[in-house]
Formats: sequence, C-alpha cells, structure tokens
Amino acid sequence: MTKIITDVVCPFCGTLCDDLEVAVSDDGEEILEVYNACAIGATKFLHSQAKDRITRPRMKQEDGSWKEVTYDDAVDYTANLLVDAKKPLMYGWSSTSCPAQGVGSEIGEEVCACMDNTATVCHGSTLIAVQDVGVPSATLGEIANRADRVVFWGGCNPAHAHPRHMSRYSIFPRGFFTGKGSKSRKMIVVDPRKTDTAKMADVHLQLEQGRDYELLSAIRVAIRGEELPDFVAGIPKEEIYETAETLKSGRFTVIFFGMGVTHSLGKNHNIDIAIMVTRDLNDYTKAAIVAMRGGHYNVTGSGQVWGGWQFGFPFCLDLTRGFARYNPGDSSSNDLLVRDEVDAVFVLGSDPPGAHFPVRSVKKIAQLPSVCIDPHITPPTSAVSKMHVPVAFVGVEVGGCAYRMDNVPIETRKVVEPPEGMLTDEEFLQKVLDRVRELKGGQHNHDRVSHQKWFCLRLFRGGLTETKWMSLSKTARSSMQAMSQSRPSLMPLA
Amino acid sequence: MAAIQINLISGRTIQQGVSMEGGKEKLAYRDACGILELDDAEFKRLGCFKNTNVRVSSEFGSVVVKAIGATQGPHPGLGWIPMGPWANAVVDPNTYSTGMPTFKGTPVTVEVAEEETVLDAIALITEECL
Repeated sequence: MTKIITDVVCPFCGTLCDDLEVAVSDDGEEILEVYNACAIGATKFLHSQAKDRITRPRMKQEDGSWKEVTYDDAVDYTANLLVDAKKPLMYGWSSTSCPAQGVGSEIGEEVCACMDNTATVCHGSTLIAVQDVGVPSATLGEIANRADRVVFWGGCNPAHAHPRHMSRYSIFPRGFFTGKGSKSRKMIVVDPRKTDTAKMADVHLQLEQGRDYELLSAIRVAIRGEELPDFVAGIPKEEIYETAETLKSGRFTVIFFGMGVTHSLGKNHNIDIAIMVTRDLNDYTKAAIVAMRGGHYNVTGSGQVWGGWQFGFPFCLDLTRGFARYNPGDSSSNDLLVRDEVDAVFVLGSDPPGAHFPVRSVKKIAQLPSVCIDPHITPPTSAVSKMHVPVAFVGVEVGGCAYRMDNVPIETRKVVEPPEGMLTDEEFLQKVLDRVRELKGGQHNHDRVSHQKWFCLRLFRGGLTETKWMSLSKTARSSMQAMSQSRPSLMPLA
Repeated sequence: MAAIQINLISGRTIQQGVSMEGGKEKLAYRDACGILELDDAEFKRLGCFKNTNVRVSSEFGSVVVKAIGATQGPHPGLGWIPMGPWANAVVDPNTYSTGMPTFKGTPVTVEVAEEETVLDAIALITEECL
C-alpha cells in the first residue's frame, strides 16, 4: 500500500507549485512517485532518496580524500572558521527556509560577515533597478485571472526554467477574466534565440543579443507614437509599432523578464527601462512587471528576510562594521572574492561557488578555508571546500516558509523523514550560532545591531528625540554616526 | 580547420535542471551542460560535423565541450553553453560595479579539438582550481 500526500509544495524554482502529490511507502519513509511536478521538481524529490546520499559531515584530508566526522565536529569547525576569520563571506541562502535564513543572519551579525545570496548572480540587477525606479507589480494569481497581454522578455524561457509557470499562471489557465485560457491572451517573446517558449508565442522579436535597452527604449517611443529609425536592435520599426499597439490595447499587460537583461551589459539599467515601459503602459491600460525569480525556490525569501525583516537590504550585505551596509560592486560576493577581500567562505543553500560563479571566483574559494552545507550528494562546491555538511532537504524532509517569485509566502511541507540522525539546516545553524557565542565569550555584536534596527525604525517614524539619542550606549551612538556618514539625510541629530 | 569567433550566452535548459538535481557529479550533468549549441552555418564555418569536441576560449579562460546543433535556434552569431562550470570557465567575470558578472555576451573563439575530452564537473573544477 502507498499513501498519497497532497498539496505538496515543490522546492525547486520560484514558481513554488503547490499542487504536487507525492506517493510514499506505507511506513512513510520512502518516496515512490511524484505527481504533477515538472521533470526538474520530480527529480529533486527523487534525488533525496538516492542510495549513495551522504548522511554525515565529512572533512577533506591532505590527500584530497574525505573523512567522515560528527555533526559536533562540523559545528565546531564551522564556528571556529567564522570566528577566526576577519571578514568571512556567508553565501547562498536561497535553497533553504526563511527561519533558517533568520538564524544564519544572527550568525552573520555575530561574526561581522559579508552576506550575499544567489540574487548576486541572478536578479541582483533587478533589485538595484527596483531601488532606482520602484516597481508596478502584481501577484501570479492576479495575472492568471486578468492578464491578456503576456510578455516574456530577455532570456525569459519558462518552458525550460520555470516549466509549469505557463500552465499554472501566465498563458494557459482559465481565469475569472481570461475564461478562454491561452486564447484569451496574446503572448510576446523577446529573445535572441528561437527558444521553446518563443516557438509558442504569437509574436517573437528575435533581437540582437545585448540590445534590450535599445529595444525597450524604442517601445517607449512607439507607445508615444513618435518616429523610430528603420531598425532597432535588428527589429524592423513596423514590428515595434505593432508590439507597442498590442501592449497598449490589452486590458492587463504583464511583462516577465529573465537573465537576458540582468546578465547582459547594461544590467540594472536594462530593467530600469523595462519598468519605465510598464509605467508608460499604465497611461493606457493596467500593466505590471514581474521578475522571473527563483532558479532557487527561496531566493525571493532570502531577499525578504534581509531586506524586509532584518537589515533593509536584500543582498550584498556587509556586516563587518557591526551594522548593515550595502554597496553592490563592493560588498557583492564575486567582487569580494576576486579582490581577495574575504578570508573564509561559508556556503549554504546554493552551489554557485562550484557551478555558477565564474571560474576566477571559484579559484579564490579553493584557496580559502571553507565549509559547504548542502543536501546533494557531491555538489561541485564541495570539490573546493574543506568541509561538506549534508542536511535535510527543505520542502522534502522538513517544512519551512518560502517566498514565490511574486513575493507571496508559501509554507513548504515535509513529506518524508530525513535519514536517521541528519540535521536540518536550521538545527545545524542554531548549533553553530550557540558555538560562535561560546567562542566569543559572551561578547555579542547583537546589541549594536539591534540598536541599528531600532534606529532604522525610528527614522521611518519621524526621527529620534534628543532624550532617546542620549539614552543609547556609546557604541550604539558611534555605529549610528558611522551610518549617518554614508546616509546623512537620514540622520536627524548627528 | 578554422577557428571561428562567436558571441557566447548561457542559461538554464530543462536538461541542465534535471541532471543538476540528479547529481552534478554524474555524467548526465556533463552531457547536459558540457555542450556548445551552434547553428548549422557555424558548423560550416568551423568545418566540422555536429557532435565534435571543440575548445572554447575567451580572454578569461578556456574549456573543452561538445559542439551540437542548436536545439532552440536558429540564433545566428550566437553560441549557447547551458549554465554550469563549463560556461563559467570562459564567461566574463567583470561586474562593472553592479555585483553581477557579465554572463551573457562573451566574445569567444571556437576551434575543433577532436582529441581532447570533455571533463565531468568535479574533474573540471578540480583541474581549474586545485
């Protein structure tokens, strides 16, 4: 007999499909089959069942071989690595739950780390653009029910990267105002390749690679009915006028965009202007723009935990002065690594250091003391790390909150037990935090950072009073004054 | 045989995603990501058949991958290596003060390398870094 667990949330991409069904053995210990998931999601569930899975931490020996160690040893190694480092990099945080990210942030505060998540190689440009110009957005539910003009811009290829996005939210669902499903919608794809998504589209604008800014600018011109040159980014002006008209004539237009714009030259400026196109369209109809986030299912949550809850900045955090600073290009992981500015590397909930960072950065990681916390069998990061700590798969072996690409929080579900004795990442992080505090002998940075948070709150509510300011400790005041030097307009008293 | 210049981009494919979740240490991951997708016209310029190993070089590095026909093409002038250690061996790491490496749009040279082998992910990273 098998048991079917329903309404399971898929912990692969930022679409966070919440309609999976998983067949487990009668004793609830083994996953037998996964229904409704895409090929990638199903593989992730089944990977957790691999017979050759590593279930205990292991330390790399001089000769390159691995030696199994206990979780206590791994906790001790990790805590010492972080405490001994002058400027550790704590990277990843995107394939884990928000509570684990919260504990990780406490460790980062204690050891004055640089913290960064996978947005730094994904939608970091988007986060910068949103800070520049804001964002008119919508949830995927609104889009499923209302959107009748759907644009996938710039390397946005959901047929491969978010395989159920089109069937659940953007193209095929029969929504309240989109009762005819895909027939209710015009689909436009802008991509330098004829992707599998582009092959489904009503219109495919095959622009020259890296010319997104020019084409978006041309669409703004066309929306206003002004003159265009004969070709922009390799696209004839007639097609640009036609596209602008299609976008204006819809009842609800949504632009999804992907790595083609965030990774190409221009970076955040490409997204600035995509957002401005959306703004312009709102003069004619309702329009929204949504980043196709989530090659890791909870990269959005990581930005929420840091940006919305803990520090005010969604990635590229520099806590080395005891309070949060943010300066992409300076406090971003690839720049820190290439410039030799960090002296230890901690990776959790991602594998980009092994697989998705440019090799120049990976080489730097290989030269530093490092720990890799990852449930997969042999993640490439472990090839360059000194310690590999396997943990339970979030969303398969332990639940926890994650944020969908449209910033909607969804609680993932536990389906089976992790291998016996295996810790979850939250449990492991909590042990590391306790050990870090022991090693530091009660000298917490906690007070300074808490004061900073309180200070930020006060700023939003209208500023500090003289009495409150004087009641703060000298350390807290000096950290705030340091902050005021970088953002004087926010400092009412200094 | 000739060496050709192309503009390299990378990104997710569903085969990359499936093999990544299946285990990056496995050969399926190499087979999904250690490839370079080219248009037929580029194979003519290169003077070789499809499924030939080629060396892709940029000013940032060099890597051997298998050249295959474009699965999502045509894309004239563009080469495609799925995201992973093979693409990252040659992509432009400069962030221009944004924090974001320039993963798309790296000028690369492609030349036939029939005698060379495509390494698996762990071997490639080990060779590059250790």
